[in-house]
Amino acid sequence: MVTLPVRQPIGLAMHSATAELTLTDLAARIRRHVVELAANSPGAHVGGSMSVTEILTVLFFDDVLRVDPARPDWPDRDYFIFSKGHSSAALYAVLAERGFFPVEELATYKQPGSRLPGHPSKGIPGVELATGSLGHGLPVGVGLALGASRDGADNRVFVVLGDGECQEGSNWEAAMAAAHYRLENLVAIVDRNQFQEDGPTEQIMALEPFADKWRSFGWGVTEVDGHDVHALGAALHQLPVTPGRPTCVIAQTVKGHGLSFTSNTHAWHYGKFTPEQRRQALVELGFNPEERP
Amino acid sequence: MTAAVGVVAGSPALPGSPEWVAEHGLSAVDTSRLAQLDAAGSDGRVYSVEGDLGDFGGLAFAERYPNRFLDMGIAEANLIGTAAGLAMRGKIAFVNTFGSFALMRACEQVRLEVAYHASNVKIVGTFTGIAAGFSGPTHHCAEDMAIARALPGMVVLAPADAVAAYQLTAAAARYQGPVYIRLGVDPTPQVYDHNATFAIGGSNVLRDGGDVTIVAAGLTTVATALAAATQLAGRGIEARVVDLYSVKPLDRAVLVDSARQTGLVVSIEEHSTIGGVGSAVAEVLAEELPTPVHMIGLPDEFAHEVCSYAAQLRRCGLDADSVAATVENQVQRWKR
Repeated sequence: MVTLPVRQPIGLAMHSATAELTLTDLAARIRRHVVELAANSPGAHVGGSMSVTEILTVLFFDDVLRVDPARPDWPDRDYFIFSKGHSSAALYAVLAERGFFPVEELATYKQPGSRLPGHPSKGIPGVELATGSLGHGLPVGVGLALGASRDGADNRVFVVLGDGECQEGSNWEAAMAAAHYRLENLVAIVDRNQFQEDGPTEQIMALEPFADKWRSFGWGVTEVDGHDVHALGAALHQLPVTPGRPTCVIAQTVKGHGLSFTSNTHAWHYGKFTPEQRRQALVELGFNPEERP
Repeated sequence: MTAAVGVVAGSPALPGSPEWVAEHGLSAVDTSRLAQLDAAGSDGRVYSVEGDLGDFGGLAFAERYPNRFLDMGIAEANLIGTAAGLAMRGKIAFVNTFGSFALMRACEQVRLEVAYHASNVKIVGTFTGIAAGFSGPTHHCAEDMAIARALPGMVVLAPADAVAAYQLTAAAARYQGPVYIRLGVDPTPQVYDHNATFAIGGSNVLRDGGDVTIVAAGLTTVATALAAATQLAGRGIEARVVDLYSVKPLDRAVLVDSARQTGLVVSIEEHSTIGGVGSAVAEVLAEELPTPVHMIGLPDEFAHEVCSYAAQLRRCGLDADSVAATVENQVQRWKR
């Protein structure tokens, strides 16, 4: 285990020194971390990390999730399950910036002795469920949401899914159950970036009409621009979309968003940045490549 | 919030006593359900999570604690996920379904969500072995212990009868962590009375003998081992009989001690001889005290032939006469 000094978390409206940071600024910081992790480790799932960045930023920094980084096991917390666990670079960056663990610890990503493997394992502060094998998050979310509702508690459950992940049948078993039990405390957010490992979803295994599938399963559905922090915030502050029903937020995103050479392709589903690619990426994001985060 | 308040749980008769057996019968499926009902009465965290097989003994729970009885329909991936989520919420989730559905249909869910997370989920797998008889290979389950044993942290319990099923289900409810309990279908012979005790990691030596150790686990087989031992005694062979009901973790000390005393060990299980009780015994003895181990169990093939449970047992050499004959042959092979 690598021990590192605790650094103050950076969160909007939480620390006056950084209160002027906008959600867009924070999203850029998350992408900067993803670039560094992709450059300084054996590799990272760049495409899905870049597409999910604003979703995670809004969940954790726009007062959507009721969480306390100092108390990851707080009984009153909202449960957050990152079902598309391969995009761990973005998840770890957000958890670190939110204060669940030191930002410096990100440098240990995929390094020997680190607690940050390529796919989130148990025991990482802020990680409820080990993910990376797809199709696990929503069924476990159903159990958490059922448990909370049977307790008469107001905890909510947020599950972030990849779009390719929705080809796993377990999601539709869970979708059926969530509607049956009228779990309005359950929210699925799908990072609809149009690509999976082997290519475009509509070529590999078509998902469309995607929103209709969720609607027909009995969910309230809303579609938003997944890179517009204001649209995401508006959607996630008006839950449930339909009273008495679970909510599915389909976030229309671009795989690899934010960098010219990783956008809208599955070529950067996973990869390692060369020093030159790192430099170019940081410049495109507006950071000085000579500085470390 | 729950319906438990004010309900007096359980039966006044001691589990295993004649009155208790008269009231509850000798179906391990029914008595495991009874133990769940009793646990739910004393602990509001106990939930029953069903995969559309709740009518196999689960209706009393549904009636008494409807808020904690969740039927998830015919969808086992979500069934296990829901149980794991409930456990993460602090519940004790009993999953009642066929063993093959839980451990094979939803194996990866059990591996990740239950075993890896050490979730407080208790999987009660019915219709294991060839107990379903006429129902055919889709309803047989010869591989469950091999799978469950290979999952890190998973406790694997194979009760010998309805009394053990009650007691071990109760023990599973008290234990913090994942447990698999292996059950069958119909009533099976009684082995234990109300004086019996059980513990996760324990075993019971049911008969002493110096010529051979018969290690058995599970419904029917322990009773068969005892019947075979009685036959063998008439032929001058004294068999020690060990009920290894806690297949994982298992009682290494009793196994090694038995092997030291009798030399030869014969295992009996209604499970494939690949990866089950016999394998567990051989793994321990190979390390601790290399001893001949002969495994009696289901052959490495599907039970395709249409016949009754009893006929299936005879076909596989798992009836008392066949077991006695096999043990006698092994004694002659290794000790005479």
